[in-house]
Amino acid sequence: MPVKIIEVEHLRARYNGIRVLDDITFSISGGDYIGLVGPNGSGKTTLIKNILGILRPESGRIVLFGQDRSEFRDWFRVGYLPQRLSSFNPGFPSTVEEIVALGLISRRRMPGFDGDAHRIAVEKALTLLNIADIRRKKIGELSGGQQQRVLIARAVIHEPDLIILDEPATALDPETREQFYGMLTQLNRQKNGTIILVTHDIGSIGQYANKLLLVDRRVVFYGSFTDFCASADMTDLFGMHSQHVICHRHE
Amino acid sequence: MGFTDYLQYGFIQRALISGVFIALLCSVLGVLIVLRRLSLIGDGLAHVTFGGVALGLALRIYPLYVTLPIVLVSSLGILKLTEKARMMGDAAIGVVSSVGIAGGVILASLAGGFNVDLFSYLFGNILAISREETILSVILSAFVLGVLLFYYDEILSITFDEEFARVSGIPTDRINKILVILTAVTVVLTMNVVGILLISALLILPAVTAFQLARGFRGSLAISALTAVASVIAGIFISIALNLPTGATIVLTNFFLFVLAFLYRFAKDRAGAQPRQQVRR
Repeated sequence: MPVKIIEVEHLRARYNGIRVLDDITFSISGGDYIGLVGPNGSGKTTLIKNILGILRPESGRIVLFGQDRSEFRDWFRVGYLPQRLSSFNPGFPSTVEEIVALGLISRRRMPGFDGDAHRIAVEKALTLLNIADIRRKKIGELSGGQQQRVLIARAVIHEPDLIILDEPATALDPETREQFYGMLTQLNRQKNGTIILVTHDIGSIGQYANKLLLVDRRVVFYGSFTDFCASADMTDLFGMHSQHVICHRHE
Repeated sequence: MGFTDYLQYGFIQRALISGVFIALLCSVLGVLIVLRRLSLIGDGLAHVTFGGVALGLALRIYPLYVTLPIVLVSSLGILKLTEKARMMGDAAIGVVSSVGIAGGVILASLAGGFNVDLFSYLFGNILAISREETILSVILSAFVLGVLLFYYDEILSITFDEEFARVSGIPTDRINKILVILTAVTVVLTMNVVGILLISALLILPAVTAFQLARGFRGSLAISALTAVASVIAGIFISIALNLPTGATIVLTNFFLFVLAFLYRFAKDRAGAQPRQQVRR
């Protein structure tokens, strides 16, 4: 039986004083590739931030890798790409290399993860995201797509078991987007990595993820694509043709 | 009299030693403060410092001893206001700073008005710094720099992206608290160098000068430190040579270095843009 990576039980959460999540219950197993979809303001990002402890839930229980979230300390097992930088300053002087290396902080105190291993990991991440040639550039000098690749590199550099990406493909050009989705699929299949992808790109999600979590303040649907395609019409929630597009691309 | 002759004097030696240490401290902390868009925290806490000095003078207690705890509490107050009262950082700084200066004015008037002592704290006089103050400046500066060095990676991560830092397992609340406390200590120490009115200049100017030239976070810290130290040393000697107020001279020297850095970057950017424009034609 696959190991449970995330368990969420009866989660209620508010954002800016307004309740945006109500009685959310689901669990995610190791190796799952989840597409987290929902209309604007449905609580997707709030859900992610509650799981990661950035926001505190109103009530309910969150378990990460078998540990209650409040006691969870193994952050090196988690990679995260925020929807947008919370306090991004375009004049920030750090170079691409420096920012990518920040992803290694959670691994720093582990044996064998300093010196050479650190340098090799940075090199690998820069090459993987095709940003080695801009390593000495300041983050503010890059285009939106390049910045996004830097942040993705920071999220995956420490080879986490669980990767949570909040709308990662928004600023990427079609070619980089394909490469990026390919990289996630590789992480999922070859290393059994668990991936949660928050996205509006419903056309692509059916191609890559193996499960769909539809949220609109509560869990509307959670399961396989086959079940989703056989389920009732969701036009009201996700707009005309959305369900059809997801199912068509999945096939 | 040559500059080397001045070095024989104890008061010059003390001014240089404490000035260099405090400059290093301000420059490093200034980079963090400016990047976190908290540039005016120095100004806000300086106003509180004014209240503390007025209280110390009124109670006839050495002002540094009164000011340090008051500024520490105020700095944590700013943090609490932003966290609990859902107040933006600049608004919280404004509230604490106004209370500080209002309290200072009332205390100063109760104690018989603005006297020479209070004015010397407002405008600073590093040349009058005592041996004890020099030792205290060196110890506290070394301590603060040590803490900043120890938490270098964590501080860089939080400064760039606090949410990501939290998911990396960094205790962001604790580090934020430490940073605010260190800023409070720095503001109190800087009071002796440039005076209450110019504290924020020594925090902001070296940092913004560094951002004109540096590539990378480490580079910014290094250039900021170099700028601050050069400004303090040059400012002390220029003020002696031209018989000018030392604190103000240090700040204007710093501003002069900023203008040079800005012009250099401007010229460099123009030179870089030129070939591209020609190609377009």
